[in-house]
Amino acid sequence: MGITTIAFILLSLMAIGSAIMMISSKSPVHSVLWLIVVFFAISGHYILLNAQFLAIVNIIVYAGAIMVLFLFVVMLMNLNAETEPIKNYRLRLIGILSGGSLLLVLIAAMMKIDVAQPVLMSTGDSGLIKVLGHALFTNYVLPFEISSVLFLSAMIGAVIIGKKE
Amino acid sequence: MNMVWLIPILPLIGFLINGLGRNSLPKAVSGFIGSITVLGSFVLSLLVFMQVKAGNFHQTLHYFDFIRLESFTIPFDFSIDALSTLFLLIITGVGFLIHVYSTAYMHEEDGKDYAKYFAYLNLFVFSMLLLVMGGNFVVMFIGWEGVGLCSYLLIGYWYKNEAYTDAAKKAFIMNRIGDLGFLLAVFWLISKLGTVQYDEVFNAANLAKLTATDITGITLLLFVGVTGKSAQIPLYTWLPDAMAGPTPVSALIHAATMVTAGIYMIARSNALFSLAPITQSVITIIGLATALLAATIALRQYDIKKVLAYSTVSQLGFMFLALGTGNYVAAVFHVLTHAFFKALMFLGSGSVIHAMGGEQDIRNMGGLHKHMKITSITFLIGCLAISGIPGLSGFFSKDEILAGTFAHSPLLYGIALFTALLTAFYMFRLYILTFSGTFRGTHEQEHHLHESPKAMTIPLIVLAVLSIIGGYIGVPEALGGHHELAAYLSPVVKSATHHLSHNTEYILMAVSTLLVIVSIFIAVFRFRRYSTEQNNVVTKWLENKWYIDELYDAIIVKPIKGISNFLNQIVEKRIIDGAVNGVGRAVNYGSRQLRWLQSGQVGAYVLLMVIGMLLLFIIQLFL
Amino acid sequence: MDIKAYIILSLTLFTIGVIGVLVRRNAIIIFMCVELMLNAVNLLLVAFSKMHAMSAAAKALPTFASDAQIFVFFIMVVAAAEVSVGLAIIVMMYRNIHSVDINFLNRLKN
Repeated sequence: MGITTIAFILLSLMAIGSAIMMISSKSPVHSVLWLIVVFFAISGHYILLNAQFLAIVNIIVYAGAIMVLFLFVVMLMNLNAETEPIKNYRLRLIGILSGGSLLLVLIAAMMKIDVAQPVLMSTGDSGLIKVLGHALFTNYVLPFEISSVLFLSAMIGAVIIGKKE
Repeated sequence: MNMVWLIPILPLIGFLINGLGRNSLPKAVSGFIGSITVLGSFVLSLLVFMQVKAGNFHQTLHYFDFIRLESFTIPFDFSIDALSTLFLLIITGVGFLIHVYSTAYMHEEDGKDYAKYFAYLNLFVFSMLLLVMGGNFVVMFIGWEGVGLCSYLLIGYWYKNEAYTDAAKKAFIMNRIGDLGFLLAVFWLISKLGTVQYDEVFNAANLAKLTATDITGITLLLFVGVTGKSAQIPLYTWLPDAMAGPTPVSALIHAATMVTAGIYMIARSNALFSLAPITQSVITIIGLATALLAATIALRQYDIKKVLAYSTVSQLGFMFLALGTGNYVAAVFHVLTHAFFKALMFLGSGSVIHAMGGEQDIRNMGGLHKHMKITSITFLIGCLAISGIPGLSGFFSKDEILAGTFAHSPLLYGIALFTALLTAFYMFRLYILTFSGTFRGTHEQEHHLHESPKAMTIPLIVLAVLSIIGGYIGVPEALGGHHELAAYLSPVVKSATHHLSHNTEYILMAVSTLLVIVSIFIAVFRFRRYSTEQNNVVTKWLENKWYIDELYDAIIVKPIKGISNFLNQIVEKRIIDGAVNGVGRAVNYGSRQLRWLQSGQVGAYVLLMVIGMLLLFIIQLFL
Repeated sequence: MDIKAYIILSLTLFTIGVIGVLVRRNAIIIFMCVELMLNAVNLLLVAFSKMHAMSAAAKALPTFASDAQIFVFFIMVVAAAEVSVGLAIIVMMYRNIHSVDINFLNRLKN
């Protein structure tokens, strides 16, 4: 068992555990923090896969910007465990059961397909900034520019929605 | 000879003009158009008749294909030969006289109704001409249906009276029952021979293709059609009710022409019927039974037109007796003479009704001879003719039927002779009650009595003359004649020849003449001083027409009503409605239950979505 | 590392996201669960890209393996835009009904 496998297992356990904590914690603030942990774990996976650019972007955009935005909103609303609405116990059970069976079915489906190819770990230059940046500004320059328009419209939309009457 | 198609077209044109212009045409014009078109047809028919008689015309005229299918074609043909020309003359000749008569008889109607009347009458003549001119069974069927329709329209002419429209419906439905038989026979012919053309069906090669069962079946079905149209047992009851129509209509349709369509059809198909002994027996029995039944009913009727109607049914029975015994020429001969004297008597009764201001009950008449001599004398001629007094037309035709029957079976002859005596009896009962003795109606009616206008009396006189001389075209050999009618019809109608010695015929004639005269005298003495007739069980029975209508009501109408009621109440309401409403209710109930699923809660929707995805995955992967 | 391990990991994270959406009523948490699902998919995409990096096609075409990562990058872009609008909507909703409970959002019923 190499160091990569150990790191994979650790990061996986961390991601799954934090995700479970995220959906089960009563306080929204805690949920946000647990989600940040999940994102860090996923970034760790990216590093394991030698996708350095995505690992950095994930931390900056998700764990940084987006989660801070969430945290900011939660704080703004002053949400805490007491204001959390109580979910019907039976519905919660049904939700968990159906979600669990979905997982089972999906894994069963995966077992049916026959891929046993290994994943290239820690090496390979496809995830490097240099390669991605080159692809982004040559082959994908039009989608890249359009995504900036998307951001602009999202920004305008957010301002208009959030504006007081 | 290219003018043949004009014969039926002229009345059709008259129908279209009168029918379309009924709101604007003045009465005189519509009456004139109605009469002149039929007169035109009559003249053309006469020309055609002359040619056929000269022996240089006998053919099928093809106009266009009526139905063209892959396997067979039904052409629209006219068949011009001895038989059809004879009927053409009867239809257009008698039809023309009745049109002329109608111009006066219907004078009190509104201009609109007046034109409508003539339109219907012309349409009837058109249909009837189509029926007899048709070169195959299908064209005949078109006319057959057409006359049924016109009969319906004209019986219900005074449609505001509900009883009259009921009578019209009765006639139509009875005819429809018969028509079904006709139609089935035509289908049978098509399926077996692939043709309905007369000259193809009736040639020996094709007839040989038919088995005995086929022939019996086809002829019986045709005869079912005939019983409807020609008012034989069991479908005769419509004819007496058909007297609801205007009297000239009764004369034209329900005495002279339409009801003889059945005779025409059987005479036309004589080649087929001669091969079906079973059918011939059926026709004989039904004809004789009808003749006797109707004659007994006529003994005790008080409505002048009803008496004549039953007399018509009875005479038609005679004709079928002749057809059944294979004596086709005699049947056609009787059609001819009967058309004259029955039209005469109907028109005479119309004249009487006209004078009486609509009164039809002979118990309220009497002594009319003083007031309307022409009507009275012509009516008397008609009565004598129908009774079979020697020298008048009825004698020759009736005698021929009786002689043929005697050759066939003396027993049937006995019954037929008895019926003939009854005929003489009730006709003179009618005549005496109407025209002699003293007037029994109200003073107003008596004051109103008058002879009818010329337009009515002239047709009467013409018909009376024809009733006298009409028989001389068929003088039997025993009386030194040649029977020209038989000679004329011989190319088309192959009558069974009976071998009676002249002496036997003389005896038969003498017996029937003697008995008829006795019967007339009894009637005259019996009813000369009429007050009332006693009623006993038998007369009551006769007066109510043997309760045949009630019988039909009980055995046919009531059960059908019962079944319909059952279908309506149980099957329709419970089962069909129940099924339909049940589906509706189930959907309603189901949706009310499903409504709870639409809670509006996003969480529930997401849950359902996940479960749905799950199911799809499971189905896709494992099933 | 076997690709199946990554698939199972991604499925697990994804399903946790689904369960979160199903059991929680707080709109912000549900929103975060959606983000979690997106990330599970991102992880799988990257894993697949690295799996194909060793295939013959990738050797012929230099950018073949990085396409999937570009895709992930765009997913992140869209997610960022989505979050900005989504949070604005949640704020708006909180301002109107003083709650982030989605059960109060049953206007769909009528």
